[in-house]
Amino acid sequence: MNAEPVTENRLFNPEAETLAPDALRALQAERLRAVVARVAQVPFYREIFAREKIDPADIRTSDDVRRLPFTTKADLRENYPLGFLAVPRDRVVRYHGSSGTTGKPTFVAYTRNDVQVWSELCARFLVAGGLQPHHTCQIAFGYGLFTGGFGLHYGIERVGAAIIPAAGGQTQRQLMLMQDLKPEVLICTPSYALHLAEAIREAGLNDGRLALRYAHFGGEPWTEDMRAAIEKDLPILCFNNYGLSEVIGPGVSGECAWRNGMHIQEDHFIVECLDPATLEPVADGEPGELVFTALTKEAFPLLRYRTRDMARLYREPCPCGRTTVRMSRVTGRSDDMLVIRGVNVYPSQIEEALLRVDGVAPHYLIEVSRPGALDRVSVSVEMRPETFSDRMIGMQQLRQRIAHEIHAITGLHAEVNLVGPKTLERFAGKAVRVKDHRALS
Amino acid sequence: MATIKQLSLFLENKPGHLKAICGVLQEAEINIVTLSIADTEQFGILRMIIPDWEQARRVLEDKGFVVHANDVVAVEVDDKPGGMAQILNLLDQDQLNVEYAYAFTFRRRNSAVLIFRFNDTDEAVRTLTAAGRPLLAQADLLQALERE
Repeated sequence: MNAEPVTENRLFNPEAETLAPDALRALQAERLRAVVARVAQVPFYREIFAREKIDPADIRTSDDVRRLPFTTKADLRENYPLGFLAVPRDRVVRYHGSSGTTGKPTFVAYTRNDVQVWSELCARFLVAGGLQPHHTCQIAFGYGLFTGGFGLHYGIERVGAAIIPAAGGQTQRQLMLMQDLKPEVLICTPSYALHLAEAIREAGLNDGRLALRYAHFGGEPWTEDMRAAIEKDLPILCFNNYGLSEVIGPGVSGECAWRNGMHIQEDHFIVECLDPATLEPVADGEPGELVFTALTKEAFPLLRYRTRDMARLYREPCPCGRTTVRMSRVTGRSDDMLVIRGVNVYPSQIEEALLRVDGVAPHYLIEVSRPGALDRVSVSVEMRPETFSDRMIGMQQLRQRIAHEIHAITGLHAEVNLVGPKTLERFAGKAVRVKDHRALS
Repeated sequence: MATIKQLSLFLENKPGHLKAICGVLQEAEINIVTLSIADTEQFGILRMIIPDWEQARRVLEDKGFVVHANDVVAVEVDDKPGGMAQILNLLDQDQLNVEYAYAFTFRRRNSAVLIFRFNDTDEAVRTLTAAGRPLLAQADLLQALERE
């Protein structure tokens, strides 16, 4: 727990953000009953309710969310484009989309009221992270189907601060805007922030002539190391926020001045943190898959949406006064996660191991099989020509080094297969790094 | 230094990989003097003596194969029982460890050429030269092959 705030403690909507636990549960229960009644008209949920004999009248408390069915990305695809729409189309004022691995995006929709709720939720995390009405904000997020640009734009408008809608890219123009319009707040993805910080340093603009003081990052997972690197380069405070279009977009959660995890806006969402294998809740502080039920959305309310994002929940009181549960950074994806001999393994850990060994390419394929009672893991790794040796001992040592690093990081004994350069399949988008040959139900 | 070049190729453990390599050499009309394959359950290493190793390396790399060139020691001995044993005795006296070895013969000269890979090639060359053993250089190899 960070003991000190990094900036002044401010709340945009103190009443909603500091509800007493009982009042919060009561509000969630009331809103849950209402949303279940609304989605009972959506064919997808109506069929499941009928098949699994779920009676909306049985949903009384916020804990009853566990009686409701899950919704997955695959369900959105199967009901493409707007199968989950819960209002007539003439009530929709906005569509957004998220990129999918299959090429087509999945769409979400907003009513006028949805956009207002979304604006307030973004305003809350922006104010928690230092935004004040007299500030100017440069939004270097893409505006488009992606929810990031518009969500932050509405949040800043709601606070009453000024916006420079720079949109993404064109780094030199971003620097020009920073010099000439003197924004105090930067909004972008953390990876673009690293790039901007480098460009600012190269242009010699990190000599105090810029006004930047705060930055809000989202849209992709990042690390404390990245925060430290950016804050070392620029005199700014970086705040993390989280959201996804299926739930509402940015505004699901964000950090306060203590930066002890991101406060989830529980008056609008019920969060669960589940073991992705058993779908049972994990203990507080343990990693699990985040599952959100949107309580107040009108156009596109999803029940128990499985985010596949792995994170931890913390419930200890936060000095900022918010009573909401907090989430950690997203540490991985449950859909890539493998449980091998009872050990949770992420492909990113294998990648990390390979980066520690000189002379192997970062292309790899993890295969899991169960020839007998035990799981067997093999990792195929592409060699680089400069690593290849005519001596068997050199090749065996390379295999052993890779196996050693994989064991050091994951605790697993993996069989390492060396394969030739460019022999593993290449992927233009999201790579397939895992093949699970086990017959797991 | 009196050594010859050897080309090594990474062999993936999958059907047709060796054939593909030979196909590339056939197409470029490149002859293999001798070869050996070291194999594990996962992969193999193909080692070849090819007179025009530079051209062979070029055509193989163009096709995306992983090729490594290094010096090996080639000792010519009489093609009769005990030819190799004499050499190994010499190496044994100086405690020189052989990593791997293979061989081919010159029919017309009635001799055999032993190819050795040593951990310390320089040391091995000194030892064998001091013992009066003729070591082949790349030029010797080409000359001898022309007369075959």
